[in-house]
Amino acid sequence: MSNGWFAGLDPDDDAAAVKRIAAGQADTPDDWPQQAVDAGFADDEADYYHRLHDVTMAATSAAVAEQEGADDQQLVHAVRAMADCERTANELSERVAEWGGSRYGDSGSGVEYARSVTDRDDEDEGDIALRSLAEQTVELANEADSLRAYIERTAPAVAPNLSMLAGPVLAARLISLAGGLEALAKKPSGTVQVLGAEDALFAHLKGNAPSPKHGVIFTHEYVRGTRREDRGSAARALAGKLSIAARIDHYSGDRRPDLQADLDERIERIQARAEEGDSE
Amino acid sequence: MTLPTGVERHDFGGETSLATQGQPVYGERTDGDWRRWDPHRSKLGAMLEQGMETGLEGGETVLYLGAAAGTTVSHVADFGGPTYAVEFAPRPVRELLDAAESRQNLFPLLKDARKPGSYAHVVEPVDVIVQDVATRGQARVAALNKRFLGDDGRLLAAIKARSEDVTADPADVFDSVREELSAEYELLETARLDPYHEDHLGIVARPRED
Repeated sequence: MSNGWFAGLDPDDDAAAVKRIAAGQADTPDDWPQQAVDAGFADDEADYYHRLHDVTMAATSAAVAEQEGADDQQLVHAVRAMADCERTANELSERVAEWGGSRYGDSGSGVEYARSVTDRDDEDEGDIALRSLAEQTVELANEADSLRAYIERTAPAVAPNLSMLAGPVLAARLISLAGGLEALAKKPSGTVQVLGAEDALFAHLKGNAPSPKHGVIFTHEYVRGTRREDRGSAARALAGKLSIAARIDHYSGDRRPDLQADLDERIERIQARAEEGDSE
Repeated sequence: MTLPTGVERHDFGGETSLATQGQPVYGERTDGDWRRWDPHRSKLGAMLEQGMETGLEGGETVLYLGAAAGTTVSHVADFGGPTYAVEFAPRPVRELLDAAESRQNLFPLLKDARKPGSYAHVVEPVDVIVQDVATRGQARVAALNKRFLGDDGRLLAAIKARSEDVTADPADVFDSVREELSAEYELLETARLDPYHEDHLGIVARPRED
């Protein structure tokens, strides 16, 4: 039995052939043109190549449309929904912990405690009500996890360079805060640096508060992992590269692995200041 | 060095340049059927321009890794036989599809060159692999795709130093890529592609027998 894309296919079933090109697998190549002729899939080699051209064009154009159809607004909805689920699961966990403490005495906290409550088998009506609430809480936390997985799968298709530098979830958060990939691409990098720190920024603009050094990009290890006095520099460097990445993603869509290397190098230099013992 | 059949030095209004015959793809200069093959925009073009012994004769079956928008692979399909063009990023592939429209022997595939199992059910064993992937681990990509080459096959690779390590001296990067590649391939010729492409190394190699 051949492993070729055409194996067992009806030569007239274009849709099945397109699916095979997209999802098929083989460990090693083989003389597919000859095998296709032998199997009666193609009349001769020329006919095989003719079919191959048609079906690779159709499969590749469908795959491009599908990957590009992963649009930024879907990502925005998903990341906002994930944040809602996480926040609500945390709030309900606290309620479950408080209630559970009153009944079982053992104190715990968070979703883990709610999970432990769902494993109890007490039969009192109050136990049943609490267990039901705990189950809903755990379900919400699971929903947040599956939304996260969805974001991790789709963000790299929507914004490959931004996802490479920021990680898919932070990339989605930035797109969400800006309102879309195009809006993010049009923002100056100083704005990207403080996205998510709007309250602190407006306090600063009104008067006395210091200017915020970073917004949501604080969750990036390159900011968090840099010592306090150099965090502003790290945040500025990261925001600069993220802006460039967002622009490339929006305007051209090419992948630029150089960006990662450039960023790594910039951050390495900033973090090296700590070892040199000077904060410039 | 002899140029493959189907590739010529052609005169474009007083300027002589490599050229192939086919539908124009990227706004290159044309003269009748002939289209200019710009070595500044194509690493394989630069390798030919540098006089590297690519072993290309014309009519080969080719696996092209990192086809991008199809600039180079369109020229390859003009003088080659069945040409399989693998590219990972969807946006440039739209233009690759345009280039393949008029070329019946060019088969575009939206696949990851680091996962040859995802296209070995489509790509037959080939005479030549052309590799131009801007990703870390370029030697590994070549090793993974060796399965497509017969004993007498050729790997024509353009190695981009900055994709491996932007902080290192390109000469050091090339040394380590050469060394890693030598495990699976016998290197026949290597040459820097300056001035056409900075910090790129052109490599002609043939697979070692297992």
